Amino acid sequence: MSVYWEQHLAEIREQLLMMSGLTERNLGQAARALMERDGRLADLVESEDSEIDELEKRIDERVVTYISTHGPMARDCRFLITSSKIASELERIADQATTIARRARDLNRHPALKSLARIPTMAEAVQGMLRQSIRAFVERDTDMALEVIGRDRLVDSEYKDTQHEVEIAIMADPATTGRELNLLTVAKALERAGDHAKNIAEEVFYLLKGEDIRHTGGAFRQS
Amino acid sequence: MPSQTESVPSSPMIEVENLNFFYGQTQSLHGVNLKIPAKQVTAFIGPSGCGKSTLLRCFNRMNDLIETARIASGHIKIQGVDIHDPEVDVISLRRQVGMVFQKSNPFPKSIYQNISYGLELQGVKNKQRLDEAVETSLRGAALWDEVKDRLHTSGLGLSGGQQQRLCIARAIAIQPAVILMDEPCAALDPIATGKVEELIQQLKHDFTIVIVTHSMQQAGRCSDQTAFFYLGKLIEMDVTQKVFTNPAHKQTEDYITGRFG
Repeated sequence: MSVYWEQHLAEIREQLLMMSGLTERNLGQAARALMERDGRLADLVESEDSEIDELEKRIDERVVTYISTHGPMARDCRFLITSSKIASELERIADQATTIARRARDLNRHPALKSLARIPTMAEAVQGMLRQSIRAFVERDTDMALEVIGRDRLVDSEYKDTQHEVEIAIMADPATTGRELNLLTVAKALERAGDHAKNIAEEVFYLLKGEDIRHTGGAFRQS
Repeated sequence: MPSQTESVPSSPMIEVENLNFFYGQTQSLHGVNLKIPAKQVTAFIGPSGCGKSTLLRCFNRMNDLIETARIASGHIKIQGVDIHDPEVDVISLRRQVGMVFQKSNPFPKSIYQNISYGLELQGVKNKQRLDEAVETSLRGAALWDEVKDRLHTSGLGLSGGQQQRLCIARAIAIQPAVILMDEPCAALDPIATGKVEELIQQLKHDFTIVIVTHSMQQAGRCSDQTAFFYLGKLIEMDVTQKVFTNPAHKQTEDYITGRFG
């Protein structure tokens, strides 16, 4: 049954989807800015970040207004809290994209580093996690959300390998230290973006099941 | 099947077993089973006509006063005693199970007499004892500071919120085990509602409280347990936090989120 205030909830949902679309695009553009050595993409990422920030504020404002005026219960309450948290996670992913774009601009001024090799895989994995966590939200699919959470380990593992390769590269040629550290920052930003995508998936699980699976170290998956 | 709450202690204050209740030919309660824990607040929620007030009035046999009302089967036990046992004295039962109504109904007497009246009916004549009981009850109802200088003025001269707290003071004066509240704040403004809700939190340390309310926020704020009724059936009863964040039944969720119908 449709009730008049469901329109307000639908609007919050639409804005969240718009925000996730922009964030996913920004993350992709940031990675491409580095891999395709395209400074214009890096500029685009930075300029679009403010739009994502604005959407986060607008979603939070709507959530607070709805809570204050409607006293939401049960799934509506979980939806609103989850929406605000997902918006916050998306904003942080967008910030990581900005970090990647800035470092890409610096790195693109020099020849490509060998340790860049893992970045495309990481970027693709993180974008996939983000896309799937939002799909889990849209399609109300807890299995899909759980899958995203499991995939974060792969991203963490890629980051550790990148870190190791950066260390080796710096020891082999100390003159590249600055650039290698820039690259490590990019890898770290992707790793953090993966964490945020995982957090979104956990929020989606809570939204759908009412069960908080954060900080359970994966124990919930065995039940 | 109604879900039974795990947090209900093994010896509840009120036990309802397979209760079937009729007004004439119309069945108003269908096989209700529930346990109300002692010294907690239990809220009954549900759309109008769902049977929540009917069940509340069963607890002190108020429905006995309605000619067509009858319990076809089932039992209600308070402190382990079947309240329909022939040996149970209804007047004594109502002393044990006090009631506060939607509309405050102080006696057209002084504030003092509103409290002392029930005790005097019980045979208490000692002035000092009555004075103490009046003060204790008014303090218990968080009203003493507001009325201590005008105890002998009419109770009807108080504001709506004060009158409702006077009725609560009157109910607790005779030290019941259970206080039933049928939409006690429905006629009160938000300030008075806040005072009554705060009072309910104080009272639950000494009394078992069952409250019928149409305000989901009130049930959420005030109660430890919530029972949801629909068409005379208990759909779900659980700890309030669970019912309002993640109810087990879709009907409950649809009702508390306003989508019922």
